[in-house]
Amino acid sequence: MKINIKNEEIRSERVLRIEEIAGENIFKCYQCGKCSAGCPSADQMDLLPNQVVRNLQIGKVDAVLNSKSIWICASCFMCWTRCPRGVNLTALFEACRQVKLRENIDEVGLKQTIQEAEEMDIPQIAVISVLRKLTS
Amino acid sequence: MEVSYFPGCTLKQTAKNFETSAISSSKLLGIELKELSRWNCCGTVYSLATDDSMHHLAPIRNLIRVQEEGSKEVVTLCSMCYNTLKQANELVRAEPDRLQKLNDFMYLEEDYKPDLEVYHLVTYIKDNVGYEKLKDKVTNPLSGLKVAVYYGCLLLRPDSIKLDDRENPRIMEDMMEALGAEVIDFPYHNECCGSYHTLGKRDLVIERTNKIISEAKLDGADVLVLSCPECDFNLDHRQKNTLEKYPSFETMPVLYFTQLMNIALGGDLADCGFELNYIDPIPLLKDKGILK
Amino acid sequence: MKRIGVFVCHCGLNIAGSVDIDKIVEEVSKLNHIVYVKNYIFLCSQPGQQMVEDIVKEHNLDGFIVANCSPTLHEKTFRNTAIRAGMNPYFVEVANIREQSSWPHSKEKKKATQKALLIIKATIKKLVKNLDYHSKRVDLTKRALIIGGGIAGIQAALDIADGGYEVVLLDRQQSIGGHMAQISETFPTLDCPQCIMTPKMTEVGNHPKIILRTYSEVEEVTGFIGNFTVKIRKKATSVDWTKCTGCGECIAKCPAKPLSVFDCFLSKGTAMYRDFEQAVPSFPVINRDACLYFQKGVCRICEKVCPIDAIDFEQQDEIVEEQVGAIIIATGYDLMPMSEQGEYGAGKYKDVIDGMQFERLLASTGPYAGDVKRPSDEKVPDSVVFIQCAGSRDPESNYPYCSKVCCMYIAKQALLYKHNVHHGQAYIFYIDIRSTGKGYEEFVQRVQEESGVIYIRGKASKVFKRGDKMVVWGVDTLTGQTVEIETDLVVLASAMIPSSGAFTLASKTRLATDKYGWFSEAHPKLRPVESVTGGYYLAGAAQAPKDIPETVTHASGAASKVLALFSNDFLESDPIIVQVDPEICNRCGYCEAVCAYDAVKLNSKTKIAEVNEVLCEGCGACAATCPSGAISHRNNTRSQIFDMISVATEDYKEITTKFDK
Repeated sequence: MKINIKNEEIRSERVLRIEEIAGENIFKCYQCGKCSAGCPSADQMDLLPNQVVRNLQIGKVDAVLNSKSIWICASCFMCWTRCPRGVNLTALFEACRQVKLRENIDEVGLKQTIQEAEEMDIPQIAVISVLRKLTS
Repeated sequence: MEVSYFPGCTLKQTAKNFETSAISSSKLLGIELKELSRWNCCGTVYSLATDDSMHHLAPIRNLIRVQEEGSKEVVTLCSMCYNTLKQANELVRAEPDRLQKLNDFMYLEEDYKPDLEVYHLVTYIKDNVGYEKLKDKVTNPLSGLKVAVYYGCLLLRPDSIKLDDRENPRIMEDMMEALGAEVIDFPYHNECCGSYHTLGKRDLVIERTNKIISEAKLDGADVLVLSCPECDFNLDHRQKNTLEKYPSFETMPVLYFTQLMNIALGGDLADCGFELNYIDPIPLLKDKGILK
Repeated sequence: MKRIGVFVCHCGLNIAGSVDIDKIVEEVSKLNHIVYVKNYIFLCSQPGQQMVEDIVKEHNLDGFIVANCSPTLHEKTFRNTAIRAGMNPYFVEVANIREQSSWPHSKEKKKATQKALLIIKATIKKLVKNLDYHSKRVDLTKRALIIGGGIAGIQAALDIADGGYEVVLLDRQQSIGGHMAQISETFPTLDCPQCIMTPKMTEVGNHPKIILRTYSEVEEVTGFIGNFTVKIRKKATSVDWTKCTGCGECIAKCPAKPLSVFDCFLSKGTAMYRDFEQAVPSFPVINRDACLYFQKGVCRICEKVCPIDAIDFEQQDEIVEEQVGAIIIATGYDLMPMSEQGEYGAGKYKDVIDGMQFERLLASTGPYAGDVKRPSDEKVPDSVVFIQCAGSRDPESNYPYCSKVCCMYIAKQALLYKHNVHHGQAYIFYIDIRSTGKGYEEFVQRVQEESGVIYIRGKASKVFKRGDKMVVWGVDTLTGQTVEIETDLVVLASAMIPSSGAFTLASKTRLATDKYGWFSEAHPKLRPVESVTGGYYLAGAAQAPKDIPETVTHASGAASKVLALFSNDFLESDPIIVQVDPEICNRCGYCEAVCAYDAVKLNSKTKIAEVNEVLCEGCGACAATCPSGAISHRNNTRSQIFDMISVATEDYKEITTKFDK
């Protein structure tokens, strides 16, 4: 449970890239935690939404990109609409997903997804959403 | 009155009953939902990456279709379609450069001029018919039916597209009351159903379904009313899986608002398409004396 | 001006170290109008000033220049010297050769000397065109008006009245006391307001120098510092206060039971009411919106039971006028409306209340005489959840600022709740604990150690009802887990906002506020109790959120400023202000729009700009704005400024001449 905070990781290229894709300044966040308190999926996450932002603030990009949280977020916009500082966490999560997807690292397999969808008679919007959100 | 109508894919497949009940009940209110002669996928999820224009092509292309038909308004039913179309419309209004880029890319299409409005059917009815008149047209009031209104995420968030106050909305509640139903206080009204995780992370959705339906039960609801085929699948069809995981789970019928509206306005029962509901609402509706 | 002297200061080596003083003296002596030039090591010293005074008299100078430091340091010093020498002080000018020459050019003696000489020459050019202006005396009414009778207004009123001056203390409520009277006990000492404030209220009521005007509001303010006329609306009380003894018989028998404003709508009061038992004055008023007679034309029981026939249903609002020399704004604060916090179910659920409502529940004078019961069903709450920063520090949806008092009063409320309900459990959701006053941090530590309060570090996100319980969703950021608590009662530390009516008062007084309605101080650090407009002072939370000790300090500060003002027998206006040439004025009104001091106005009939010489601070904004050049700044006229520029830039004359061609 110990990390080294390093100058070169704070505001590193990778952090700036995530901020750029999200169009957001992570230092607006003052870590009140209201995002996590209201997040409907927080109980399934390994990093709470505020912890995702915190890790980005201290430059720990890998902790975020390797987390389950960024894939569990379903973009319900609750965090953003209630954030007292108006930090668009929804976009930050999307940016984190995008960073991985743009390296062609898919979160789910295409074949398996389609197969499951057909078996279950899943609504079309769910199928397309999964493909859009979780594959490159 | 006639208005352009964008159905979206799911209303033609797993949620046909949402469409048939909407068309039928709208007609009873004097609204002709005129389906766009050509349309494509709405894009489903609004892209949140600032450097991504590609994923806005689909919604904007649909708005061009509306424009081609000379219409200034388009009505949607599905929450996802509504959210994506409306957010994309707001985006190109706020960012002319982005609009230019999209128009340039779709050079075979006519340019989109972002002067049309995307409506959800609820808003359209409230603005164009009014709940007083709606009430007058009710022939079969939903008396004694305790309704929990469920908005989910995409009708209330983000602020730029919200139908009503994002924390304590009344627009669907007032509609249900106009139809004669009793609306209960349902604090889970704006929680998330788990959305597309129904595919791949089924357990996550089961947890959500369990919480949302159980809370509605606790609050005294007979039925849950919603406006999204995704939420409907998770909260209705996934009750099967929820029951498998939690044997003491108590099921509850989940209905599209249009199904209840169709009943209250005296529409053809066939248009409600109750056979597509997983938890059959008919026994309850009969028990309440709403259906004979 | 014919006979000008120039005094060059060495300022030790500050000036003499880089400016060639002898050269300056030699060059300046050659100039027109200059009859005497003298240098000295420290002009500002007593011998230096004496020397200047003697020379002015001896050589019959009609103006002089001191070439030294910034005018903010010693302009006044040498103007006083001039007065002692019998000369018009506005014929003294400062040539700042220290900050503007010797310091910035400390290593370039030649440049520094040359620039110092230019500065002196330019100043001489200006001085020769100075005109003979004299300050004016204005009468001063040594009476103060204080708007708002909370603890700020009470403190300021007593301080000024004890200083020997008359005070009119105004409050729109029936009684003075304000919010402090509603509070249960005060942090960190746990004194109750009944013990520490009621004596002060009584003192106000009995003070021979304090005129109480409660149930009254400001209608109109005209005039300026030292000479305000204030129209006050005395709202109809429906009780003749000149007869009333405050026996309370009418209150006891009043059958109409509206919700009590003083109890934050948690209990029922009466239509015939006084704010609270210890109200000052003790005379009641009729709430006409609730009175059966006024609403339905029946009842008049109060009239029947009043032993001295003081009830007056026919009474009308009355406008009275007060002449005062100074006005203190002490209008205080309110809490933000509950309806603005939808996610917390505020305004929707009876058992979600704000901090002031919980004060009333804790107060021995409250709805249940100090027993804590929740509003919905009068159940004693087994637990209470407090939510900090409810609306504060929330620029996105509510207010960006910190309300400053909530950390402390919530800690206090948790402690008092525990004193009251021994088995009870308090939870406090917080972001940071701000406990910066004397004894505050120690108090919070005591609460944490002794009362078993659980502080949960994270902001709550949602409050809703489940059965007869309230459910709070929050997060414990310290363990990194989300939290759900079922509780009986939720208390929101709602943001403080300016008292309702602050904007109306600001427009009536033309005082500046920030966008939230807090009254603006003249300087955020050095003039915190003065408003930007002369004669208006600020006391307490009208300026920004404050706790009681800070409010009292602020109020005493405002009172001391008023006392300082009243220590003068008349006001003297600085003549170096602007003046309007009515023949040139084109009535555009730009000057009125830019004036920060409300000193320039278009005449209501002629529409020509007029300057109030007392209010004008001489900033020159109007003179710079005036498109027709009708406004000039005395002794800083356009011609004087251009003269100075042409002297200062004479080295560049050739270039500019070419450019002109």
